[in-house]
Amino acid sequence: MATIEQQFKNVMQWVDDRLPVTETYEKHMSKYYAPKNFDFWYIFGVLAFVVLVNQLLTGIWLTMSYVPTGEEAFRSIEYIMRDVEYGWLLRYMHSTGASAFFVVVYLHMFRGLMYGSYQKPRELIWVFGMFIYLALMAEGFFGYLLPWGNMSYWGAQVIVSLAGAIPVYGEEIAVWVRGDFNMSGVTLNRFFALHVVAVPIVLLVLVVLHILALHEVGSNNPDGVDIKKNLDKDGKPVDGIPFHPYYTIGHDLPGIVLFLIVFCAVMFFYPDGGGYLIEHPNYTPADPLKTPELIAPVWYYTPFYSMLRAATFPLFGMTAKFWGLVVMAGAIAILFAVPWLDKSPVRSMRYKGIASKLALASFVISFFILGYLGTVHPTPVKTLLAQICTMIYFAYFLLMPWYTSVEKTKPVPDRVTMK
Amino acid sequence: MIRRLPNLRKKVIGLAVLTWASCLFSLSCVAADAGYPLDHIEPDIHDQASLQRGAKTYMNYCMGCHSLEYQRYKRTAEDLGIPENLMLKHLVFDPDTRIGDLMTNTMSAESSRNWFGASPPDLTLHSNLKGGPDWLYTYLRTFYRDDSRPFGMNNLVYENVGMPHVLLDLQGMQIKTCKQVPQVAPNGGDMRDPLTNEFIREEVCGEELVRRGYSPLEKVEGTGSLTTAEYDQVIYDLANFMFYIGEPARIDRTRIGWYVLLFLAFFYVFTWLLGREYHKEFHRES
Repeated sequence: MATIEQQFKNVMQWVDDRLPVTETYEKHMSKYYAPKNFDFWYIFGVLAFVVLVNQLLTGIWLTMSYVPTGEEAFRSIEYIMRDVEYGWLLRYMHSTGASAFFVVVYLHMFRGLMYGSYQKPRELIWVFGMFIYLALMAEGFFGYLLPWGNMSYWGAQVIVSLAGAIPVYGEEIAVWVRGDFNMSGVTLNRFFALHVVAVPIVLLVLVVLHILALHEVGSNNPDGVDIKKNLDKDGKPVDGIPFHPYYTIGHDLPGIVLFLIVFCAVMFFYPDGGGYLIEHPNYTPADPLKTPELIAPVWYYTPFYSMLRAATFPLFGMTAKFWGLVVMAGAIAILFAVPWLDKSPVRSMRYKGIASKLALASFVISFFILGYLGTVHPTPVKTLLAQICTMIYFAYFLLMPWYTSVEKTKPVPDRVTMK
Repeated sequence: MIRRLPNLRKKVIGLAVLTWASCLFSLSCVAADAGYPLDHIEPDIHDQASLQRGAKTYMNYCMGCHSLEYQRYKRTAEDLGIPENLMLKHLVFDPDTRIGDLMTNTMSAESSRNWFGASPPDLTLHSNLKGGPDWLYTYLRTFYRDDSRPFGMNNLVYENVGMPHVLLDLQGMQIKTCKQVPQVAPNGGDMRDPLTNEFIREEVCGEELVRRGYSPLEKVEGTGSLTTAEYDQVIYDLANFMFYIGEPARIDRTRIGWYVLLFLAFFYVFTWLLGREYHKEFHRES
C-alpha cells in the first residue's frame, strides 16, 4: 500500500503528464527568483491583485440583487443596503474597493516611475500596466453610473458629452455611446453589460499578460540592478530569492493584513469618505432636470478632469472643449511613452541626478494639486493654477529625454544593497 | 549644464521650492463657499429613546408629505427597540399597512406639486444627501416670518423654501431682527469697556449678524408650546432619527468593524512574526 505522499505524487504525475501544473507553479512561484532587496513600494502589485479579487467577488454578489434598469436601479441599491443580509457590507467592500484599487495602482505606478521599472527590457510590462490602468478607468466610469444617483447620471453625462467635442461626427458618436439622445435607462443597461462582463474580461487578460511579461524578464528592484548578471553555480541569481514562500509569506502576507486594516477602517467607519468615495448628491435618484450644484467626478479621475477644464480658450478654429479633450487624452496617452522618454543610463531614482528627482517630485505635487482642483468649483485663480500644473505634468514627460540624459548620475553597484 | 555648476543646482532647487510654495499659498487663499453656517450636533444612533422620540415626531409631523420609501416599518421597529404591535398601533396610521411594508405615504406627486410648487421629496436618504444631521437640525430651527412668501414663512438655510413650517405650533414664531452685540475689538475679540469691563455694544442687522456668529432670529414671546431648549431637543431627536434612517446598517457596521479591526490587529502580529522567520533567509549569503 503506497503512502499518502506517494499517492499524491502519482496523482500529480498523472496530471503533469497532461497539464504542466507543477512546471507552471515552479516557474511563477517557487522557482521565480525575485530580487532580495524589495522595499515597501513592492507591496502594491500584490495589493492590486487582492483588490481585484475583492471587486470580482463582491461584484458577483451585488449583481444577484442589483436591477440594471432606469426605474429600479437606485431602489435596488437601497434594497441591498437595507434588506439583503450583509448587503451593505458587499456594497461598501465594492465601493471602498474601487477607491482602494486606484490608491494601490497609483502607488504601484509611482513605484515604477521612481525605480525605472519600465526601462529596457521591461517596456511591455509597463505598456500592459498602462492598458490595465486604462481598462480600470473605463471600469470605474461604467460602474459609477450603476447606482443611478444624480451624480452618477450627471458625471456620466458630462464625460459622454465630451465626445460631442470631436469635430463633425462628435454628436453622433455621443448618441451612439449613450444609445439615446440623453443619458437614459438604455445607457444604464449597456454600461452594466460593459462593467460586469466586457471590461472585467479585458482586465483579467491584461493582468495575465502583465504578469507573464514580468516573469519572462524578472522583477526590477530599488537599485535597478540586473540580478541575472550574478548567478551561483546552480544558475540561480545570488541576489534573488524564490517568490514563494519567501515573498508571499515573508513580505506580502503581513503587507496584505496591514492593508486590510486600513481598508477595513475606512470601509467600516468612513465608507463615504466624507463625500469623496461616495459623493453626497448620489443619495438622490438620477434626475435629468436637476443638475447637481457641482459636478465632480470621483477623486481618482479629478487630476484629469482638472486638465480637461484647464483648456479655456479655442485654438486653430477648434473649441476649448475639444482642446480639453485632447489635453486629457494626451495626459493619459503620454504615460504609455515613458519607457522611450527616459534616456537615463540608470534605472533607479537612487542613482539618478537631482533633475530627475525634482522632476518627479514636481510631477507628483502637480498631480495632487490637479486632483484637488478637480473636486472644487473653478475660479480664475484655480483655473490658472490648473493650467500651471498641467504644464508641469506634461513638462515632466516631454522634458524627460533632456533632463535624464544631461544630469550627472551616481554609479550603480554590482550587487543589490540590503538594509 | 547642471553637473558643472553647483551654484546653478542650488538655484534650481531654490526656484522649485519657491514655485511650489507660491502655488500652495495661492491654493490656501481660495475661499470656502458661503451659505448659512450650520449648527453642529453629534448624532447618537445608540440612544434608542432619542431615536424613538424622533420617529414619533417624524410620523406625526413629516410622514404625511415625506415618505421613507426605502425603509420598512419592521426594520425601524427592530432597530429602535419598538415592539411591532406598538409600532402598528401608535406610529402607523394606515390600518391596511403591514409591518413588513415600506414606509410610503399616499400623497400624490401631482397634487402636492399643485399645493407646494414642488412635490415633497422622499427623505430616507436626506441625512446622507446633506452629509450629516447638521443641515436638518439647523433648517428646522431657522424658519422665520416673511409675509412675502405664500405660507408666510421663510428659512435661513433654505431660502424661499416651498415647505410651510409644520412645527410652528411647537417652536413658535420667529422674526428677523437687529441685535445689540459687542463691537469687534482690533484683535478680533469682543470689545470691552476698560473701566467697567462690560461689553461695548452696537446694533447689528442681517448678514452682518450671521457673519459675526449670531442668529438674526428672535422668538416672539408667548408663541409656541415649547421652550427654545425643549424645541431644540425635539429637533435633535428628529435629526438623530433621520441620521439613523439614512443608513440603518450603521449600527451593525460600526459594531462589526471593531471586531474585524481587532481580529486583523491580532492576526497581523502572527503574520509579522511568521514573516520575520522567512525574512532571515533574505540576509543569508549563498
